[in-house]
Amino acid sequence: MSAPRTYTRPMGLWWQRLPFYRRYLLREATCAFVIGYALMLLFGLWRLGQGRAAFEAWRAALAAPASLVFHAFALVAITFHAWTWFEVMPKTLPYIRWHGRRVADSTIVRGGLLAAGLASLLVLALAWGTLT
Amino acid sequence: MTTTRSITLECLRYNPEQDVEPHLQTYDVPYTEDMSLLQGLQYIKDHVDGSLTFRWSCRMAICGSCGAMVNGVPMLSCHTFLRDLVPGPVRVEALTHFPIVRDLAIDQSDFLHKLESVKPYIITDQPRTPADGASVQTPAQIDDYYQFSECINCLLCYAACPQYGLNGKFTGPAALALLHRYNADSRDEGKAERMEVINDETGVWGCTLVGLCSEVCPKGVDPARAINQNKINSTKDYFMRSVTPRGRRSP
Repeated sequence: MSAPRTYTRPMGLWWQRLPFYRRYLLREATCAFVIGYALMLLFGLWRLGQGRAAFEAWRAALAAPASLVFHAFALVAITFHAWTWFEVMPKTLPYIRWHGRRVADSTIVRGGLLAAGLASLLVLALAWGTLT
Repeated sequence: MTTTRSITLECLRYNPEQDVEPHLQTYDVPYTEDMSLLQGLQYIKDHVDGSLTFRWSCRMAICGSCGAMVNGVPMLSCHTFLRDLVPGPVRVEALTHFPIVRDLAIDQSDFLHKLESVKPYIITDQPRTPADGASVQTPAQIDDYYQFSECINCLLCYAACPQYGLNGKFTGPAALALLHRYNADSRDEGKAERMEVINDETGVWGCTLVGLCSEVCPKGVDPARAINQNKINSTKDYFMRSVTPRGRRSP
């Protein structure tokens, strides 16, 4: 007796099947903004190497409307990126034991978010001081 | 006067001898508060359409036979209740990412091959016999691997994993979780033999931490954790291989 002819369903637009998948792809898509922002900073570094005038021109360009729109989107995207990053961080670590008991995932998530938040505030405070 | 409540189940049907592709068939199932989806399917088979084909056994979420897609989410039909699915209609399909053999029954042979490939047994340097006596483990040592040993091979995680759907060569959540179960067991000495499976692109590196596998697992195995912990181990192994190429015993 021969094996039955099985049917394999195509993947198609799989991410549309569940909100969970859409959220996952949104998470992955935020990396475009991370890359964009990193390239922008690298560009600024390069301009810095070209001298004060070039650097000031780059800084002035950052205040352009298009740049502000990009930064607004980037802020939202990278905040979501950081949030979802720490959400999954416990899965990437071996169990940590503290006084014989496992450290809960929620503790690691909250700790990570807190550290990210504090670091952001620190950077903001430092940058605020440079505003003329 | 009480009226019997009923719920509509739309089941994906496929008969390999007659059909070119699957199609949905609708059934109305009277239900009570305590009925599971499995009981709903059994009602259809017993009273409405005896040709409806589905796997089941223990009806208590331990055998892993009755997995199905319920409105697009992989679930055990014995572990899913009709009262939670009202008003319906409920779409019931065979687990995705697997070939359908008939109706709700899938071909699991790919998974079985992957299960074999991870060497899911205790490997010791020297063979052990009963004369060696019992192995001893502390509660902490048992805790290291116990949750990963809870897998019932129900394949809900494979149905949830889009990476497995997109690339059938990916070893997959359950097999890699079982691999980690043995690596994490203090009695096992076979980590080096399993490294090749871990390190491959079809091993842990095929995972992008979508995470749905751990969400749908009915036993709390958390395969996403098992896989992503081993990314650290794989990286360490890669580094050690580069530094001491002859340092590792070849598998």
